[in-house]
Amino acid sequence: MSGATKAPTPEQVAKARELLASLGAFGAHVGDDVAHLEVHGNEVVGAHLLPGLEADVEQRDDGVEMWLRLRRGARIANPVHLCFGMLPKEGSQHIVMHVEAEEDSFASVQAHCTFPNAVAITHTMDADVTVGPGATYEYFERHLHGAEGGVIVVPKTRVKVGEGGRFKTEFELIKGQAGEIDFDYEVDCEANAVLDMITRIIGRGRDRIRIRETGHLNGAESRAVLQSHLALRDDAVADVYNRLTASAPGARGHVDCKEIVQGRAVATATPIVEVSHPLAHVTHEAAIGSVDSRQLQTLMSRGLDEEAATDLIIEGLLG
Amino acid sequence: MGILELHDVSLTLGGRRILNHLSVDFWEGHVHALIGPNGAGKSTLAAAIMGLPGYTHIEGDIVFAGESIKDLPVYERARRGITLAWQEPARFEGLSVEKFILAGARDKSPATVARVLERVGLDPEKYRRRAVDRTLSGGERKRIELASILAMEPRLVLMDEPDSGIDVEALRRIFDALSDFKERGATVIMITHSEEVLRHAEHAFLLCDGRIIDKGSVGRIDSYFAEKCVCCGHENQPTPEEMAEVTP
Repeated sequence: MSGATKAPTPEQVAKARELLASLGAFGAHVGDDVAHLEVHGNEVVGAHLLPGLEADVEQRDDGVEMWLRLRRGARIANPVHLCFGMLPKEGSQHIVMHVEAEEDSFASVQAHCTFPNAVAITHTMDADVTVGPGATYEYFERHLHGAEGGVIVVPKTRVKVGEGGRFKTEFELIKGQAGEIDFDYEVDCEANAVLDMITRIIGRGRDRIRIRETGHLNGAESRAVLQSHLALRDDAVADVYNRLTASAPGARGHVDCKEIVQGRAVATATPIVEVSHPLAHVTHEAAIGSVDSRQLQTLMSRGLDEEAATDLIIEGLLG
Repeated sequence: MGILELHDVSLTLGGRRILNHLSVDFWEGHVHALIGPNGAGKSTLAAAIMGLPGYTHIEGDIVFAGESIKDLPVYERARRGITLAWQEPARFEGLSVEKFILAGARDKSPATVARVLERVGLDPEKYRRRAVDRTLSGGERKRIELASILAMEPRLVLMDEPDSGIDVEALRRIFDALSDFKERGATVIMITHSEEVLRHAEHAFLLCDGRIIDKGSVGRIDSYFAEKCVCCGHENQPTPEEMAEVTP
């Protein structure tokens, strides 16, 4: 059953507007040339598709299962907007997403997950993504949470990038309190494929953050960069695990983890690089520490107090 | 009248007296050079005036524009118009040149960014969105730091080794900025070993073992420093005989 293309009811339109309003400026996508889809809880409350982009959505008890397909050669010029979220304080939303970007297609998807009033919400996503030969699929997931931090976010994604394909993904949680995050992405790259994965998170209060980024450079000349940038305050705890394997000639990769800790926050980083071909090359760097004192003093010598200087440094790191 | 007055300032770090009963006035609107051997206390003096952490527990007093600033934190001194150009400017991963410049700018409009970048010889369109990180050369970062100080419109600029690690073009831009500061009536105190930089100063102060042991024209002080200063054995202060020799 397709739920994406039905005309929404007035109640659904109202919910879609409210969801989008909670995104602030991020929700301002309008116009017939912009594809979008809004899911509130387990209900599609707004949708607009474009030629070459197909979506099927099935309603589940606690969420939706959706199939997103980019037809062969389709080039979607403007970013596709997806909005997932819940307005109530409590509940759960489980998204199952199947994405197929066929050969030589292109789309850049901006997904916003908004839980502005969350006190006890669980948001899980199980996704499988296939990026065909020569195709490019970009997926930017931005979370906007409320001040309570009552959200459990569990995104799990498995990706296969075909020959010459490109997969770029960014996960950002900077506004509001994170709550609990268990992020798990694993990507396989064939020959000449490119993977670019970035997570940017600010943890506050008693947030618990677990990041697992894994990339496998299986094909010749495939390339990958895995980056995790986190800033932790108060009693937040983060555990970052980046793993990059390279098993083909000419495979190149880099793992970069940076974490700033303040207060009683605790961060751990485990970069693992595994190279099983003599012509492959993978590097890594990990840095955990407080805000750099020279940076802080430079900004304070321009008149910023310590808090404002720290915020600006973190904004740069996570920007 | 001095814009900055140091009264009997002493500072001990790690059990060693780095600044030693130092008293000096810096005239407003002038470019001053602070010279002296390595370890004389020049950078420490700049850090103490700026109030950097670890350099605040001074004895004596520091008075800026008639107000004691010795108990003020760095940012309060900066808000009164004091700032520091570092020998090795910091790198800021991900922070754009534009945001860095505007952080302390008096006028926070985009036009300010363009104006100050042009003044230090950098194309605003090329640089404003770049990050102040390792992708910039040392000379570029030095020029961007200078641009941020120009935007701040300070009353007193402390410059630690402004010529350190930069090329000829960058140095020329630093001299342009010195002219700008002077035209605006700002006071500059430069720490330098460079003859070329010294030529842009109006007065020089010779610092040795935490004390100003001589002051006067740049030519005379520099000649003395270049020709007669040798590695000397005094631990913390010159002997009376040494003082008698250098002070007119």
